[in-house]
Amino acid sequence: MNRYPLWKNLLILAVVLVGLLYALPNLFPQDPSIQVTGTRDNPVTEASAAEIAAAMENAAVPVKDIERLPGDKLLVRFTTPSEQLRGAEVMEQTLSDRYNSALTTSPDLPGWLEALNAQPMFLGLDLRGGIHVLIDVDMEAAVDQALERYTGDIRTELRKQKVRYLTITRDAGRIAVRFRDEAARDEAQQIIRKEFRDLTVDTGAEGANYFVYAALPPQIQEEVKDFALEQNITTLRNRVNALGVAEPIIARQGERRIVVQLPGAQDPARLKELLGATATLEYRLVDTEHDVRDALDGRVPVGSALYRERNGQPILLSRRVIVTGDQITDASAGFDQQSGSPAVFVNLDGQGARRMRNVTTENVGKPMAVVFIESRTVTRMVDGEPVKERERTEEVISVANILEPFGRRFQTTGLDSSDEAHNLALLLRAGALAAPIEIVEERTIGPSLGQDNIDQGFRSVMIGLALVVVFMALYYRVFGLVADLVLIVNLVLIVAVLSALQATLTMPGIAGIVLTVGMAVDANVLIFERIREEIRNGSSPQASIHAGYDKALSTIVDANITTLIAATVLFSFGTGPIKGFAVTLFIGILTSMFTAILGSRAVINLIYGGRRVPRLAI
Amino acid sequence: MAPAQILTDLDIDFMGKRYIAAVLSAAVLVLFLGAMLFRGFEFGLDFTGGTVIELGYEEPVAIAEITGTLRDNGFPDAIVQYFGSRTDILIRLPPVEEGEDASARRSDQVVRILSEAAGSGVELRRVEFVGPQVGEQLREQGGLAVLFALIGILIYVAVRFEWRFALGAVAALVHDVIFTVGIFSIFHIEFDLTVLAAVLAVIGYSLNDTIVIFDRIRENFRKMRKGSVIEICNRSINQTLSRTIITSGTTLLVLLALYFLGGAAIEGFSLALIIGVLVGTYSTIYIATAMAVWLGVSKQDLLPTPAVKEGEVVDDRP
Repeated sequence: MNRYPLWKNLLILAVVLVGLLYALPNLFPQDPSIQVTGTRDNPVTEASAAEIAAAMENAAVPVKDIERLPGDKLLVRFTTPSEQLRGAEVMEQTLSDRYNSALTTSPDLPGWLEALNAQPMFLGLDLRGGIHVLIDVDMEAAVDQALERYTGDIRTELRKQKVRYLTITRDAGRIAVRFRDEAARDEAQQIIRKEFRDLTVDTGAEGANYFVYAALPPQIQEEVKDFALEQNITTLRNRVNALGVAEPIIARQGERRIVVQLPGAQDPARLKELLGATATLEYRLVDTEHDVRDALDGRVPVGSALYRERNGQPILLSRRVIVTGDQITDASAGFDQQSGSPAVFVNLDGQGARRMRNVTTENVGKPMAVVFIESRTVTRMVDGEPVKERERTEEVISVANILEPFGRRFQTTGLDSSDEAHNLALLLRAGALAAPIEIVEERTIGPSLGQDNIDQGFRSVMIGLALVVVFMALYYRVFGLVADLVLIVNLVLIVAVLSALQATLTMPGIAGIVLTVGMAVDANVLIFERIREEIRNGSSPQASIHAGYDKALSTIVDANITTLIAATVLFSFGTGPIKGFAVTLFIGILTSMFTAILGSRAVINLIYGGRRVPRLAI
Repeated sequence: MAPAQILTDLDIDFMGKRYIAAVLSAAVLVLFLGAMLFRGFEFGLDFTGGTVIELGYEEPVAIAEITGTLRDNGFPDAIVQYFGSRTDILIRLPPVEEGEDASARRSDQVVRILSEAAGSGVELRRVEFVGPQVGEQLREQGGLAVLFALIGILIYVAVRFEWRFALGAVAALVHDVIFTVGIFSIFHIEFDLTVLAAVLAVIGYSLNDTIVIFDRIRENFRKMRKGSVIEICNRSINQTLSRTIITSGTTLLVLLALYFLGGAAIEGFSLALIIGVLVGTYSTIYIATAMAVWLGVSKQDLLPTPAVKEGEVVDDRP
């Protein structure tokens, strides 16, 4: 009686061993490291590893190891943090134009553990320090912008088809085109219907005016919003990558929000500046037919606009834009080969390249201007109230004659410094934000507080565990020791599952583990109390063990399932830290059921099973 | 010889005192509900929105000095206090309704101003900024979470046991939630997201307790041919009493460790759980069981019917 078949014992043993294996990586020390990623033109290769090794050797910085990571990354390991910092300097000075590098730590795992894909627990920002930002995307503005684009397109199309209209306006979520007579309106309606299939088109009349109304149907609006959010995520990801943070998380949250998490980052001011920044370029032809002085007097010719160069010199540019920033697919900073001044090398997409080639072919010998546009949100105090304003500065940074037609790739000069060239290239590369953003939540945890949290969490788990272990051993003697053993195994299993799933461990998550430690013994308490009852009722020791486990089972399952319900609700409603608590609670309940029911039974069976036992030490 | 004997052959008449308990509970609940209505809550940053900045100084600093610096630099409404020690400073900025993006930047300004004023040795330990719209959503979601947890549990207990037990269990849970939350209101203890999580954990824990006793009542209804409903309930409570005390004891042990060693960030969390565990144990007996009795639970309701048997079979699998 009370013997588990061999397969059952082996199964339990196997689970425990696998658990130990996956919990193991948490014991290894972390190497200070630098994570290196390539740029578009310079992917990371085997040669890069050699190149970095050479650069480090040149600067006499000892490198522990360089390894390639999946996703075209390199990991350069160092022995001490100060060597890591010196290494980062070397990267910055010699290789920063080709690689992005980020400080990180990486566990020094033996190969066989890495082969098993075993990793230490993934610590949340409250434990490792870092910046968490929640960003709200202005979806209404995205829809507005889409409507604005359609307004322009309709205007162009009607002109092209020579349909005469009076005005074209955008209001209350729709475009209204006004006509003098019905015939023109009907013709326009036909054209708009045909050319802009996405829009819902309607007609109306008010007095002597005839209207065509065009609006975005809800389904298209959703698409526009979705696209804006995805586009913003891409842009933000590109910008964040340039910051040099290892393992950044940029993810969509809900309908209109984006979460940005930067472990280890410590400068929230710089992050926020970069996230919100917008800078772009526009290429326009210079209006050489009219006189700037007339324009200065207020007679700006139709089709042209007055701009200023960086030195304040006024200049007339054509209103027609050749290419805009969103047609730029890549940009890098460097120096002009002839003059040696800072330059940005720009790559255009297919459409932009075609336009550029057409315009430059037609205008060889004429000057072309590059306009640098920067907009930022500034807050001013007006009558004690902060007022948000969008400030847009437009400057002509360079004017040069088109020497020969060009298309996809060319350079732009006229920037003040190589820093400016660097920043501009970064923002061009990252692309523009498709819709304005606003930061609605920020949580920054300094590294020392993170470490404090880890220490406090670890200490409370250990002391809580010790108290329970001592109590159980005193109260249930041999059975108590068995409960203690499975409790510790339970803790190992929780750590193993958290490590294997790479679920984020947060401070409330640690609290969840502590709570599970307290509650995990409940199953064993239920069983042991049952066994005692059976003994008091006069059953034999073996029968008492059997009946105790049997009768307590349904109670344990019922009680735990209800807690699982609470944990599930917590998980689905919670954000960040609360989710962490729910996850550890959930995992803890499952593992504790396994260890407290199957695990403890297996050990008890090994101790008492299959032989005559005069009495139980319970 | 074992300490176990202390708690075994008890025969306390728990149910006999159920009317006294009911009056007591009702009085306390009315008091707490009143407090919640009239006193409200000291909601934490998560729910109100606003900014909290924690700075670590190398030397002890004077609050007045920091308040003065901030006042002179355009932050007259900043609340400054010590956090744990005299070198650790906590600064609260109220939420700004307008200005949006600006309020996310306000923390940067404060950090810059104070770093410059102090010269050196100021370490940014923590910044938390929550926009007002986010806070509102969290309040809403928090209420919904508690509601959904209760509904889920109501359904589960009704299916596994019986509707009277389900109502009793949920009444006990509502009691525990009001009690725990009420204490936070009466003593004006800060109520933040982690406390909300703790309240949900209390629901889970208290229910655990309730299920264990219900389970025993069900078993005894089937086993004991003699005895009134009250007697059987008393018997069941007494039989599970030592388990109840030991489990709440071990849970309290770890919670106390968490409360005293876990740091300020989860003090509220551990406190809510400590209150919850204590009140959860009480409510299992005097709310859940008493309510089921009052609703007229009888032996017939729990005698094995085909439906219940089905459930049993499923559950007997390990």
